[in-house]
Amino acid sequence: MQATSSVRESLITGGKTVRDVSEDISRHVENKPNRLWWIAFSFSLLLLGFGFYCLSALLWEGIGLWGLNKTVGWAWDITNFVWWVGIGHAGTLISAILLLFRQKWRMSINRAAEAMTIFAVICAATFPLAHMGRLWIGPIWSLPLPNTFGSLWVNFNSPLLWDVFAISTYFTVSLVFWYIGLIPDFAVIRDRATRMGSKTRAAIYNALSFGWDGAAKTWMRYESVALILAGLSTPLVLSVHTIVSFDFATSVVPGWHTTIFPPYFVAGAIFSGFAMVLTLLIVTRKVFKLEDYITIYHIELMNIVIIITGSIVGIAYITEFFVAWYGMVPAEFYAFYNRATGPYWWAYWSMMTCNVISPQLFWFKKIRTNIVATFVLSIIVNIGMWFERFVIIVTSIHRDYLPSSWSMFYPTLYDVGEYVFTFGLFFTAFFLFAKFFPVINMAEVKSIIKSSSEKKH
Amino acid sequence: MSSTGEKFLVGIFDDEDILLHGVEGVRDKGVKIHEVYTPFPVHGLDEVLGYKRSRLPIAAFLFGLAGTILALTMQIWMLGFDWPMIIGGKNFVSLPPFIPVTFELTVLLSALGMVATFFIVSDMKPYKTPRSYDLRSTDDKHVMAIDLAANKLSKEEIGQILKANGASEVNEKNF
Repeated sequence: MQATSSVRESLITGGKTVRDVSEDISRHVENKPNRLWWIAFSFSLLLLGFGFYCLSALLWEGIGLWGLNKTVGWAWDITNFVWWVGIGHAGTLISAILLLFRQKWRMSINRAAEAMTIFAVICAATFPLAHMGRLWIGPIWSLPLPNTFGSLWVNFNSPLLWDVFAISTYFTVSLVFWYIGLIPDFAVIRDRATRMGSKTRAAIYNALSFGWDGAAKTWMRYESVALILAGLSTPLVLSVHTIVSFDFATSVVPGWHTTIFPPYFVAGAIFSGFAMVLTLLIVTRKVFKLEDYITIYHIELMNIVIIITGSIVGIAYITEFFVAWYGMVPAEFYAFYNRATGPYWWAYWSMMTCNVISPQLFWFKKIRTNIVATFVLSIIVNIGMWFERFVIIVTSIHRDYLPSSWSMFYPTLYDVGEYVFTFGLFFTAFFLFAKFFPVINMAEVKSIIKSSSEKKH
Repeated sequence: MSSTGEKFLVGIFDDEDILLHGVEGVRDKGVKIHEVYTPFPVHGLDEVLGYKRSRLPIAAFLFGLAGTILALTMQIWMLGFDWPMIIGGKNFVSLPPFIPVTFELTVLLSALGMVATFFIVSDMKPYKTPRSYDLRSTDDKHVMAIDLAANKLSKEEIGQILKANGASEVNEKNF
């Protein structure tokens, strides 16, 4: 027996049946992509190509091509790294934490959000890899592997090394979680292909589905695996941005050396991650006509998460400023005063406007249920979050202890180019995912059709 | 595929609630169910089929424990014994800075170990072609497979029991 609450809005509209779910989602994998997909895909390939040129030049010539100098030794590279890692927080948060809280609305969005997470983490990883200069040895030296220097091991006291472990674990576990979710859906496409007589597609999707049969016993184990993976991923998601924030918080640079960083970074990560999920899903639901699965109600709920995390971030900014003044450490106070009024004032105030003021507009139901407004604000939030990282990183170090070392950072073509590269990579990967993989978790959506669809039984 | 001579009776159910009652009813009549195949996880199905709870959580815990031990041993041995280095005048072995890596490796080994165990116990691999009793079992139908050799009742009797317990179709499937 299923109890249907009359208070909650339905998660799946259009009176869908279980069969419609298979049909609506698998269709995009089976049919040729439409013209809109080709235009978007070609554009991402163009970005990827240009970025690839810049990245190759960088690896050939060395990171002197970036605009870094002796004072500002970290700028766009680490800004973009933190920005992408932050974006990569929403997917696993949606699929893990919302699973533990039994939030059914995650089911229509978790697949695409997790894919986004994985691609965002790959994009993030390109920056430290490129910054190590020699791509062919850098990754090896960052792992505790025996070497010809002793063995001289990696320094386990360094937050940068913790980052290596945190990001690679996060990537691997998210990938596994995502793939486990995909397995039953690959089997749907395989069986449909068999019925349609498409042997090649059936063989490919059978291999992808690991020979899934949907037996009650397998489902029982599968649910147990999903629940434990969610339990493991929940502290993992929180640990990743905590450790990223340690990169700064454990240093003694004024403006970085603060204990508020871990929770503030995690909230910011969820904030930007949800904004990116919204940006992508608003486009995806339009291109693939998924309005019945990703409803205005889903968008509204995500916007509520944005209000909450955006407000946490806003309070963190103000707390930081207050503590810098109240702590009476002149260097610390100067770092913050310089952020707001120094040569990078425009970056600081862009951050404040985009991150603190703009999400408050979602208090109005009209705005948070409006697709165009949500789309625009979701992009503004991510611009703001990029500025947040830029402000934290560059304004804290560009005024060194000695005024003779004071400097500014000016990005070069290659700073911009590598950022473009990651956009190309991200969107190319996402469009390929949207074409070849089921974008909505069919098995999970089918399981709530009876209780959460408009159709009365 | 060569024939194995196995004969199955396949009951098709349209709805998960009918299926749950159907499984109970069929089992009450003394019919042994080979397995039930569903397009999505049906809650309570494992209970009515009489399956014991999965022991995968134990596997996850043991792999996680292995990760913790591995990470701590590795860090203490490398920085404390194999090549001790003075970094900022700190102790060679101090636990707090080792926690992040220990936590990450615990999660990593636990997740990977559990998923690998799941694939092995469920016999899932990319080059396996599963037996399909009905191709609609991944779409919208719930499929109950009954091995005729394992049951004393005749094909007709089992067919009637299936129909009486809510099956919308009863088909025969030979492998």
